[in-house]
Amino acid sequence: MRQVAIYGKGGIGKSTTTQNLTAGLGEMGKKIMIVGCDPKADSTRLVLGGLVQKTVLDTLREEGDDIELDSVLKKGYAGIKGVESGGPEPGVGCAGRGIITSIGLLEKLGAYTDDLDYVFYDVLGDVVCGGFAMPIREGKAREIYIVCSGEMMALYAANNITKGISKYATTGGVRLGGLICNSRKVDGEADLVSAVAKELGTQMIHFVPRDNAVHRAEINKKTVIDFSPQENQADEYRALARKIDANDMFVVPKPMSIDRLEAILQEHGIMD
Amino acid sequence: MANSRETLLEKYSAKVYKNRKDHLLQLAEGDKNAAIAANTRAIPGVMTARGCCYAGCKGVVVGPLKDVLVITHGPIGCGFYSWGTRRNKAKTDENTDKNFIPYCFSSDMQESNIVFGGEKKLEQAIEEAMELFSPKCIMICSTCPIGLIGDDVQAVARRTEAKYGIAAIGYSCEGYKGVSQSGGHHIANNGLMRYVIGTGDKKPKTKFSVNVLGEYNIGGDGWEEERIFKRCGIEVLNLFTGDASYEGLKSAHLAHLNLVMCHRSINYIAEMMKTKYGIDWIKVNFIGVEATCKSLRDIAKYFNDAELTKRVEEVIADEVATIKSDMEHYKSKLNGKTAGIFSGGSRSHHYQVLLQELGMKTIIAGYEFAHRDDYEGRDIIPQIKEDADNKNIESIVVAKDDKFYKETYTEEQIANLKSAGIELDTYGGMIPEMIAESVVVDDYNHFETDELIKSMKPDIFLSGIKDKYSIQKAGTASRQIHSYDYSGPYSGFRGAVTFARDVAMAIFTNAWPLVTPPWKNKPMLTGKLKEVG
Repeated sequence: MRQVAIYGKGGIGKSTTTQNLTAGLGEMGKKIMIVGCDPKADSTRLVLGGLVQKTVLDTLREEGDDIELDSVLKKGYAGIKGVESGGPEPGVGCAGRGIITSIGLLEKLGAYTDDLDYVFYDVLGDVVCGGFAMPIREGKAREIYIVCSGEMMALYAANNITKGISKYATTGGVRLGGLICNSRKVDGEADLVSAVAKELGTQMIHFVPRDNAVHRAEINKKTVIDFSPQENQADEYRALARKIDANDMFVVPKPMSIDRLEAILQEHGIMD
Repeated sequence: MANSRETLLEKYSAKVYKNRKDHLLQLAEGDKNAAIAANTRAIPGVMTARGCCYAGCKGVVVGPLKDVLVITHGPIGCGFYSWGTRRNKAKTDENTDKNFIPYCFSSDMQESNIVFGGEKKLEQAIEEAMELFSPKCIMICSTCPIGLIGDDVQAVARRTEAKYGIAAIGYSCEGYKGVSQSGGHHIANNGLMRYVIGTGDKKPKTKFSVNVLGEYNIGGDGWEEERIFKRCGIEVLNLFTGDASYEGLKSAHLAHLNLVMCHRSINYIAEMMKTKYGIDWIKVNFIGVEATCKSLRDIAKYFNDAELTKRVEEVIADEVATIKSDMEHYKSKLNGKTAGIFSGGSRSHHYQVLLQELGMKTIIAGYEFAHRDDYEGRDIIPQIKEDADNKNIESIVVAKDDKFYKETYTEEQIANLKSAGIELDTYGGMIPEMIAESVVVDDYNHFETDELIKSMKPDIFLSGIKDKYSIQKAGTASRQIHSYDYSGPYSGFRGAVTFARDVAMAIFTNAWPLVTPPWKNKPMLTGKLKEVG
């Protein structure tokens, strides 16, 4: 079982990328579970066809500790299992603690079955506190992909996330598998992201172009591979899935100083 | 006993030495201006005796308010372990009709309350409390997780006031705030000043009304003081906050004079009431016969009333005559003995005076959470450097109250009273009253306690529950100066005798040194040599 965590700046397309990529892996016959680690609970919408299952924490709150796995774990496209940890409404409580509680509960409920090839954690935003680092602590997720684009703030966030990874690399054994560029059509984007990846000691594992097909599929509560399997964009996600399945480059990243990051941006970016 | 300080400090690593050397003094002859480092962060792992911010707010200042239902907002441990652990005695009286002191109230947060926020659970607890106890005032004390998850206890307090028409105050006194319980005292002082004092209109009955600030009525100390005040014709409006009530505190601003016992935990209120209402405060000490006499005479001088002064002198003469032979008896037994005292932020000073009356020398004295002014006197305040830790604790500024501000004396008259020896609106601190060669320790820890006892060999060590038994079992007599080992009161005239009796009893029945523990003369480990081959 490979446990993979997807991090990246808020709004960069982590949930979209994760679900489209897992659809690709599902099509290859892999058995997959997605654990949504975002209080918004929107990490499994596309694979489950918009089916809103109860979140782990909602169930915990309403029914106490005596909860059934079936009530929180649903199967969707290509047999992909989806579970949402959920969390408090914005501005109250502790979402980070919620994720810790939720993952602990999923383990006790036996969600991590031996037949799974992959468990994907789709984690909100930056690594904001200990709770959101949960998937990479204690040897849960062993590999991480950071979704980013050529935009400055996305790369700032990516660099910041690598700090979290290098911190847990020694204790939890987690490694960075690469950057996934989810294109925003920034000038020289592929070169820039590759350069940043290289500086961090990793790779840009795939460049996912921007395509309206993603938008159309999302409106229909589906992944691209599910909604329009013939589209170019479906092949892009299939390519990403294959690359991740075959990936053997796992590193302890070397986070950059802000000065160095800005220098790379100036070199490759839009400064002409 | 020369240089116990050096002997102790040299065992520390360079880093710890660098920190602790400024918190440990051995006073030279005539050194009245020794400077000490205080109110800074304790070194992690050093086994400090300090408590936390929540302990200072809930445990010390607001907990003793008998008609206030104090809810600890958090998981159950903080509420449970601060339940009944401090002997702040309280009687139900006709004014309040309520006494919640024997109870422990907590919102008892569970994991899902941490994740989803605990305000609803708190409001549920308040609803239950209203149904069962119908208090007129509820205070909410926050524990550590409250600050982390951001529950808004002040907003809950406002909603409680609107819903039930009672007073409710929320305190953000999360345990991790500040460097010790001192931050919690300040937070509690701010809350009482902002929301309680000045909201009542119950006028004093006499011309000589006082609040006794920083008197927590441990073992009934406040009651012994009240007994004496009553004889003298001095009206006690409030003990702050031992046996105190929300109802009483509301009208505290109508008092003629404030008396300050524990300078550290409540000087903020004394200062703010001076600024806002013009009420002067005198630093008093009712621990020790001479100290009690001086405090009473200072009060009489302040009120400057012939009748009152005469009564005070009569009471002093009568009280002293009653206890004189008892005190002489104990003095004959205790004369020449030595003592060490470690307390919170005032008692180490107060009890030295009483020990001295019994012929005893205080050779070690320390505080858990005092500030430099408690050691060196208030003149040092302008020189105290603000750091991030104390800036992190809110300090409120009050202005003159148009309706109630009233000065009793002009600045010149106050200066005259001060030069007559009254500690008026000021405090001289502990260090100037200590003897040469004695050791002063700030933020004392277990290791330093053990080492100083070993090198200085006091006959008795007065401290708290955390260290009492280790000291006693190691052979040195020990009494608890925080809780009085279920004895007391120790204040005033009669209290002095009780204290003398307890100290004599401890020193003359010190059983532990008579026991030879088996590890002193028998091997505790046995083993066999294994044959080689």
